[in-house]
Amino acid sequence: MASLIISNIRKWFGTNEVLKGVSLSVESGEFLVLVGPSGCGKSTLLNLIAGLETITSGEIKIEDQVVNDVRPKDRDIAMVFQSYALYPSMNVKKNLAFGLETRGVPKEEVENTVQRVASMLQISELLNRKPSQLSGGQRQRVAMGRALARDPVIFLFDEPLSNLDAKLRVEMRTEIKELHQRIKTTIVYVTHDQIEAMTLADRIAVMKDGIIHQFDTPQQLYDNPANMFVAGFIGSPAMNFITCRMVKKSKQVGVVLENRNGESFFLPVGKSEKGLEKWLDHDVIFGIRPERIASGFYEQEGNPQMHEIECIVEVLEPTGPDTLVFVNINGGKVTCRVSPHATKPPGESMKLMIDMSKALLFDPETQKRIRT
Amino acid sequence: MPSKMPLIVGARSPGAIAGRILIYTLLSLAALYFLIPFFVMAITSVKTMDDIRTGHLIAWPREFTLEAWDKAWSSACTGINCVGMKGYFLNSVQMVIPAVLISTMIGAVNGYVFSKWRFKGSEMLFAFLLLGCFIPFQIILLPMSQTLGFLGIAQSSYGLIFVHIVYGLPFTTLFFRNYYVTIPDELVKAAKIDGAGFWRIFWKIILPVSAPIFVVVIIWQTTQIWNDFLFGVVFSGSDSQPITVALNNLVNTSTGVKEYNVDMAAAIIAGLPTLLVYIVAGKYFLRGLTAGAVKG
Repeated sequence: MASLIISNIRKWFGTNEVLKGVSLSVESGEFLVLVGPSGCGKSTLLNLIAGLETITSGEIKIEDQVVNDVRPKDRDIAMVFQSYALYPSMNVKKNLAFGLETRGVPKEEVENTVQRVASMLQISELLNRKPSQLSGGQRQRVAMGRALARDPVIFLFDEPLSNLDAKLRVEMRTEIKELHQRIKTTIVYVTHDQIEAMTLADRIAVMKDGIIHQFDTPQQLYDNPANMFVAGFIGSPAMNFITCRMVKKSKQVGVVLENRNGESFFLPVGKSEKGLEKWLDHDVIFGIRPERIASGFYEQEGNPQMHEIECIVEVLEPTGPDTLVFVNINGGKVTCRVSPHATKPPGESMKLMIDMSKALLFDPETQKRIRT
Repeated sequence: MPSKMPLIVGARSPGAIAGRILIYTLLSLAALYFLIPFFVMAITSVKTMDDIRTGHLIAWPREFTLEAWDKAWSSACTGINCVGMKGYFLNSVQMVIPAVLISTMIGAVNGYVFSKWRFKGSEMLFAFLLLGCFIPFQIILLPMSQTLGFLGIAQSSYGLIFVHIVYGLPFTTLFFRNYYVTIPDELVKAAKIDGAGFWRIFWKIILPVSAPIFVVVIIWQTTQIWNDFLFGVVFSGSDSQPITVALNNLVNTSTGVKEYNVDMAAAIIAGLPTLLVYIVAGKYFLRGLTAGAVKG
């Protein structure tokens, strides 16, 4: 059953259209992440779902009920804010109880709920502290506890981890995922961090300029991006985009790459060549992820679509498990992920294997995927 | 560089010491310049008239007496009444307390609306309200007395309270609004989702964190209204004149000898409450003025 349906929502702020016709449907119990660069409209969309802003046109349904004109408090949602928004004058216990008391829940029930939520989030010993006496991670927990206490149909998270330091952020990320697996309530989660989006989501909506560019599972987004924006936004280090000429050589269609020394390599596209004829002798954008230009990983052997090229190493960035090698192809910088023992020092030439089965092609003008 | 830094604060070079001395000398002189008039008032008020006539202005009193204070408080003549400042002091207290409290409370609600419940045109309305801060008192005297007459509270303490509330609102609103914009909007959003309405958010979330700005506004309003003379002399009735008006009448009453010691005592009595408010709550005043300027 769908717990949240958004149909063709538009939102204007003055003369500025922030959301340009957004549609989404979230299944009950699903973890949806809205991700995109700042200013893409993701937080506005969340505020519209919460009812903190009014929509200009379109429709929002929660549990099959249109809530366009329903006030935030009557929408059966709870929200966790980026700044946590804990009430500064109240201790943790009162913060957790505030929403229940406002709704006139009997005292005893409030007490039970607060105790249950506090023990679930391991904040029982903090109940009498004020928010100012808590660490960032503890505040984060209390903010989630306040949402949990309400037991809503949908949880809304507005960049809840961005105020935490890097280590704590990873820890809390896992905790949020565990929590979701335990309570199985629908979550709509806004972030600008694609790693958070990938790790947490059942499905991700990638947004930019008030439009959803792709709405899919994390793996599909990674393997099958719809356009260059999604391909470049998801994944770190980002996908390489190489402008190159599409040619036909000995009955095979492929792209031509050239290293800094002017040596060129022909890489057959393989798979289906259907629909590629019209691109022959035209420039296309060749998209390849860093881990698909690699060297020294044994699983590459035996793949018929592996093609070898040779490039001059320019810069090395060791990360531990693997080393990022920067080379120059077709006049642009390209990142390759190489096994640490296979790297060559800067200035020397090294052999790299390109996995053409995972290569993508994009239209340089529309930036859309060229499907083969 | 760090190894050459003096380890003990105070172990400075001769140049730095000279600079310090210069700074403190200037500050002391400035303080003295402001304190001498008050000092003269204080010592004159405890002198006898003989002492004043024959002695020097800033000389220590030869004979210490509180007679002038007693007279100023209970029997000095303001015009034809010779009952001292006592009654007028009470008039002022009775006028200042409600005027300060009401203008502060309304200002708090106004500031809350202008910062957290903005509506179409609210910025414009706020700008118009701020204009009120710049309107000279004299301009509104006539229209205001017509208004008070229309409302039936002319020449009464109610009328005076009303004028002070209206005239205080631009300032109190400005103070509260500027304080409340530093409170994150997300708090209000969270409370809305938690089911709280306009007043519940105000009482439960906003007011409990407003103490610093309340101190600032109350000090400001108390000082302004207590010290006001123009509104007091124009809008009060004969039985509701504030102490500033009475002080003027007392000093200007010219029958017999000019009693400087009584004048001084009366002036100090008139100024004492605002001085006390500042001494008691002054540090909160400074703290409140700078609150929100630095985060955390």
